[in-house]
Amino acid sequence: MSLRRPAKNQPEIFEFSSSSMEEANKIVSKYPKGKQQSAVMALLYIAQKQNDNWIPLVAMKCIAKFLDMPYIKVYEVATFYTMYNLSPVGKYFVQVCTTTPCMIRGANKLVEACKEKISDKENELSNDKSCSWMEVECLGACVNAPMMQINDDYYEDLDKEKTVEIFDKILKGEDPKPGSYRGRLNTEPENNRKTLMDEKNA
Amino acid sequence: MPKLKVNDIEVEVEDGLTVLQACEKAGAEIPRFCYHEKLSIAGNCRMCLVEMEKSPKPIASCAMPAAEGMNIKTNTPFVEKARKGVMEFLLANHPLDCPVCDQGGECDLQDQSMFYGVDKSRFKENKRAVPEKHMGPLIKTQMTRCIHCTRCVRFATEVAGVSELGAIGRGEDMQITTYLEQSMQSELSANVIDLCPVGALTSKPYVFEARPWELKKTETVDVMDAVGSNVRVDTYDWEVKRVLPLINEDINEEWISDKTRYACDGLSNQRLDTPFIKYNGKFEKASWSEVFKIIKSKFENSSKDKVCGFVGDLTNMETGYIFKEFFDRTLNNNNYDSRSDNRFLDNSERENYIFNSSINGIEDADLIFLIGANPRYEATILNARIRKAFVNNNTKVISLNDSGDLTYPYKNLDGQTQTIKTIFEGSEEISKEIISAIKPMIIIGESLLKLNSAEHLFNLIKNFLKKNNKFTEDWNPLNILSCDAATVGNFDLGILNSEKNLLEELKSNKFEIVYLVGQDNLEFNKKDEFVIYQGSHGDKGAEIADIILPGSAYTEQDGYFTNLEGKIQKAYKASYPPGEAKEDWQIINELAEVMNNRKLFNDKEELESSMFNYIKLQQEKQTTENKVQSISDFMNEKLNIQIKDYYFSNVIARSSKTMIECNNSKLNIKSTGTEG
Repeated sequence: MSLRRPAKNQPEIFEFSSSSMEEANKIVSKYPKGKQQSAVMALLYIAQKQNDNWIPLVAMKCIAKFLDMPYIKVYEVATFYTMYNLSPVGKYFVQVCTTTPCMIRGANKLVEACKEKISDKENELSNDKSCSWMEVECLGACVNAPMMQINDDYYEDLDKEKTVEIFDKILKGEDPKPGSYRGRLNTEPENNRKTLMDEKNA
Repeated sequence: MPKLKVNDIEVEVEDGLTVLQACEKAGAEIPRFCYHEKLSIAGNCRMCLVEMEKSPKPIASCAMPAAEGMNIKTNTPFVEKARKGVMEFLLANHPLDCPVCDQGGECDLQDQSMFYGVDKSRFKENKRAVPEKHMGPLIKTQMTRCIHCTRCVRFATEVAGVSELGAIGRGEDMQITTYLEQSMQSELSANVIDLCPVGALTSKPYVFEARPWELKKTETVDVMDAVGSNVRVDTYDWEVKRVLPLINEDINEEWISDKTRYACDGLSNQRLDTPFIKYNGKFEKASWSEVFKIIKSKFENSSKDKVCGFVGDLTNMETGYIFKEFFDRTLNNNNYDSRSDNRFLDNSERENYIFNSSINGIEDADLIFLIGANPRYEATILNARIRKAFVNNNTKVISLNDSGDLTYPYKNLDGQTQTIKTIFEGSEEISKEIISAIKPMIIIGESLLKLNSAEHLFNLIKNFLKKNNKFTEDWNPLNILSCDAATVGNFDLGILNSEKNLLEELKSNKFEIVYLVGQDNLEFNKKDEFVIYQGSHGDKGAEIADIILPGSAYTEQDGYFTNLEGKIQKAYKASYPPGEAKEDWQIINELAEVMNNRKLFNDKEELESSMFNYIKLQQEKQTTENKVQSISDFMNEKLNIQIKDYYFSNVIARSSKTMIECNNSKLNIKSTGTEG
């Protein structure tokens, strides 16, 4: 929750990169003229992606000017939604699901791994400033519990060792493979049962 | 016109009204926090719940449009229970600090919890605490008390036109704040204090000063600008503690500007409380009889055309009138004026110096053209009306000058008088717009009237409008935006000298005696003149005076003021003048008695009736027929809008510490603790 208040150390400047700008213009063009303010949420998300997963105040100002709306209105939106991070969270932003199904399947072990590998506390940057973690509510992948999200990708069917492995990789700057870590394809059943009609493995 | 039943009383309401308004019409009072007549509907406090037939749940009456055949109940146990529940939630996080809260005694939450609340709380958890916010020098915040009605946010966005307030976070974490806790940059900012139904936003200068029930309340009018906002002056003993707005739909609606509200601490600073005489460059206290004697001998020892007098910007009409009578009857000369600058004025017709379209008319106008006026600083409340017209009707606004942020968008021109000339000769695009507009408004500021070619331009504008039939029975497009409370009243009373240019003569030191009544804006190099200053504050006028006669401020005497639209309103006495000071008209009356052994008027009533007779005669004398207007010369010049420092525009504001703080916060000067 603390990420919904702006960080103390703020960068001085923020500008959309050319690719973000292109994306932003594309979104703004979807709205009729004079209603471009509707694009504020999408633009905040673009800014967040560009800026290592967090939105500095200068970015909000930049968006407000871009959309011709008061600063406070952008600020209101940015502080309202939990998926906008207003403090640095690192290049790799780990969100561990700890809602009931994941919890039953051992999400607390994942949290332990986070504490060991990344930082003692939630929302605290790792030593090399590249990574932070937080507990979140259900990410909607209960079939593959326990799971976590790193940036845009889901890492599923985890246990402590596998989680540590993933963290080792990201701390080295590699991108681990997303998806199930028990070799499943998406959410397929694990014991080869493919349909309800299939009685063999019932 | 839907018909509906409220508590079995049948009412018929206009289309588009809400159930809450229908209930009010039927005489059933509905408690509310977020709903406010002048603001958009939010529907988030849920206090206005009522029972509607066929609805299983109570409905929020403020947000529900009244419809045909509704059957509303406001006094059933069902409603009572619903309100009790809402109240319990509101009070769950509200601190019980009424004894140390400035809102106590006039708090909506306090009052309504007496009616609808429960006497004990079931909420055992910790209460929410919110850090205080900085909102500038006028608004004290105690955000723990906030119930998130968002009235302040809506006011700032809709009426004041500065989107600086907002609600950040959500749920229990929601907080009302300005963007990064900067001061609110609006001249209407303090109205959020009145709007706040609880003690979250209270008045900073008035903090812990008094309780509402200890104050004497006087309904009067304001003199900080020419709008004549209706206000309530609250006094504790002698001191004016605060000024609050009164509702007057024709003038200020429900708002007053920050200057109106907070310049009142200037009423107890820098006051002149006893007569003074200057001996060898130093002021010494004197008695009334002494000063009158000196003045009498001075008047007797100088020829009558060596005497001149000026009336100031805050003097009421009675004072102006008796001053004029004093010159006409006692001194037998007409060397008096109320203007402190060389402004053009053709007072043959009243419409030449008032705001003819009226403040209400702004909402009907379809084109507003500002020439040499910056209404945001010259008449804040009027500017709020223009913004309202823009928001509701999308009224087009054009300004000759770039006046910065006026809280609404406008088209600005180059600020040259040549542009005015070409427009009102009919050859521009804008000329056509004015011609095609049904109700255009030309708002002429004082800055235009001070130009060298003011007469030419003024007549040009007026003739253009006449020629194109813009003057109709119910519409007069010509508007003069006066800046000072006394201006129009003084013109109505004819406190003018059109034969001579008194200011030039004063500047070339032709006079021996100068009598100033509340006039602090004259710029001249004093040589041997004997200056008599009568006024309430020790300011520029008192500095150059040889004799000071302590007068009264607008809260200390009854007096009429005519606002810029020409509406005459009475300011009532809320307090009494300090020390030896007297009411202004009395001083002049007594001086006349000393001079001639005869009072000018026996009492105030005689003065008033004589004054009204005079005004009536003056207005009857005005001819409506077109007279031949002299065509004066035109020269191209740059029209600069000269606005007096907004927070220091008159003696009361200049003596006010709060106004200094406002100015500093605007200029971003940090307080050092060592200033005055």
